[in-house]
Amino acid sequence: MSERTLYDKIWDSHIVTRLESGQYQLFIGLHLIHEVTTPQAFASLKENGSKVAFPERTLATADHITPTLSQLRPFKDDQAEAMMSALEQNVDEFGVRFLNWDTGKQGIVHVIGPELGISQPGMTIACGDSHTSTHGAVGSLGFGIGTTEVGFVLETQTIVLNRLKVHRINVNGKLNKGVFAKDVILRIIHDLGIKGGLGQAYEYAGDVIDDMEMEERMTVCNMSIEGGARIGYINPDEKTFDYLEGREFTPKGDNFDRAIDYWKSIASDSDAVYDQVTNIEGESIEPMVTWGINPGHSVGISKNLPAQESFTGEDAKTVELGYAHMDLKPGDAIAGTKIDVAFLGSCTNSRIADLREGAKVMKGNKVNPKVKMLVVPGSQQVKAEAEREGLHEIFLEAGAEWRDAGCSMCLGMNEDKLVGNERSISTSNRNFIGRQGSPRGRTHLGSPAMVAASAIKGCLSNPAEMVGD
Amino acid sequence: MTDEIREIKGRGLPLPGDDIDTDRVTPARFLTALTFVGMEKALFCDERENMPDHPIDNPNYKGAKILFVGKNFGSGSSREHAPQAIKRFGIDAIVGVSFAEIFAGNSLAIGMPLITTSEADVQKLIAHTQKNPKTEYTASLETLMVRYGDESIRVEMLEERRQSYLKGNWNVVAILRSNLPQVREVAEKLPYIKEFKA
Repeated sequence: MSERTLYDKIWDSHIVTRLESGQYQLFIGLHLIHEVTTPQAFASLKENGSKVAFPERTLATADHITPTLSQLRPFKDDQAEAMMSALEQNVDEFGVRFLNWDTGKQGIVHVIGPELGISQPGMTIACGDSHTSTHGAVGSLGFGIGTTEVGFVLETQTIVLNRLKVHRINVNGKLNKGVFAKDVILRIIHDLGIKGGLGQAYEYAGDVIDDMEMEERMTVCNMSIEGGARIGYINPDEKTFDYLEGREFTPKGDNFDRAIDYWKSIASDSDAVYDQVTNIEGESIEPMVTWGINPGHSVGISKNLPAQESFTGEDAKTVELGYAHMDLKPGDAIAGTKIDVAFLGSCTNSRIADLREGAKVMKGNKVNPKVKMLVVPGSQQVKAEAEREGLHEIFLEAGAEWRDAGCSMCLGMNEDKLVGNERSISTSNRNFIGRQGSPRGRTHLGSPAMVAASAIKGCLSNPAEMVGD
Repeated sequence: MTDEIREIKGRGLPLPGDDIDTDRVTPARFLTALTFVGMEKALFCDERENMPDHPIDNPNYKGAKILFVGKNFGSGSSREHAPQAIKRFGIDAIVGVSFAEIFAGNSLAIGMPLITTSEADVQKLIAHTQKNPKTEYTASLETLMVRYGDESIRVEMLEERRQSYLKGNWNVVAILRSNLPQVREVAEKLPYIKEFKA
């Protein structure tokens, strides 16, 4: 059959049934779980006397509440300790594999899935976290779900969904110096808006996406949800297969050859039909930074902040609130805005490629004495690899802190938080009010290179001037 | 059947503004709770602290059952804590211009209908409630109308979700469970389940 997208093919092969309501019951090939969105779900299983239907398709780790300074147990924070103990008890009782610290494979759930080769093309993947869209980078459908739905998946390995429309986004041409995957996705969200993807799956394509390494693709897919799209994906290609080959859960030998045949077959057909198509020229993208209170409030680093009159209706009110919260004015240059904190980490940008990108800018420089910089690898394996390459020394010599793996300062659920009205430049994914743990804290989002460049200068800075050729 | 939801009656609570994300609805530090019981205390708690006249605290809206919101309500984080806090606060349904996808799924899973209508009509409902907080509204999922006084406003809802409420099967876990044999059949056909073994 032709004319089908990857979305159509995976969706069709995973339908269990169409429910009386008209919604679809969809089989989930991989369920990733973590400490925060599972305790209530396991509690309801216990109440019903149910079991986990497919424990071998379920994998647990801990990331959201885990401290990054000392991961010794018991955790200093009693609530975090209680949450961790609950997860340990639950995985034990229900026979779910748990990648804890002793395994050397703990990390942010969206980092370890691809890293272990357990997230594979053609799968449906669910996790109680909205950034599950990340796994679309390997050619899977990654659905972020809520806790009640986590319970559904534990008990039945299925969720209930409406079919999405597919929006193809072609990023054509080439990227300029200092422009990275993070800038590409921020620009896409800027152009299409944070509601642009409601009811849609984003399929990213074009030369720029083809040229990206796998970890850069993960950054792009990760923020699909920030554009309103439930999922985002990239068709699997040779880069995908090379990336997956030899990883722990990747099939081996003849099985791997058969897997590649299957993975090729699920890519979108060349004549696939899309509900919407958008084209963006790679050359037109500059290093992006957010100035407001949602990921759509962004500008190129060389630009001045937009006039309030350029927004209408309720958008204008959000913009007004954004300017007030961020203490910025329309017409001002965004570059040069003084910062207090620089954060390199999160499921968006904490992989080895991100740390290399930041380290390249940081090498031989010092973090500005007024800035606190945190570098937080996405997993124990990323940390180990970075240390093999000596990246940690570059950051430490510059005066940054080198932490253990976790979600850290992305979301204010652990010890790493902004204080008071501190202003940060962050590689994470959300600049919502209060997101980094302080109701008055102010967040700017940018690429790892921009975070490093800004940490050095003490203010929001264009990394293009600081990355070598 | 007790799970059927045909109409929601009660006073309104206007919450103007677009893109109200779930970090604002329930700040992350409340996510460390092991249960949803008491989650209503987290509802908008950070902004309520800084805003003494926050609609949630306005005594005129006490006991309201229907929340009126703008566009893209519930964006961002997938935390079910957000709709849980709203429901446990006493809200039975939300009327808005549009809702974020995951928030909508979470709300369905806990039986809190999300109803959409035009921006103009939402503004009308918000303005009316602000002036006349005692107004009783009836939102009917059968006729897809919100009525109050002599007014009636046509509303919309994703048909699949509407049917789930009318038939009382929004609480789908029993149905999903009963399909387990079919689930296993689907799994059998997927080559990755057997790790691509011949």
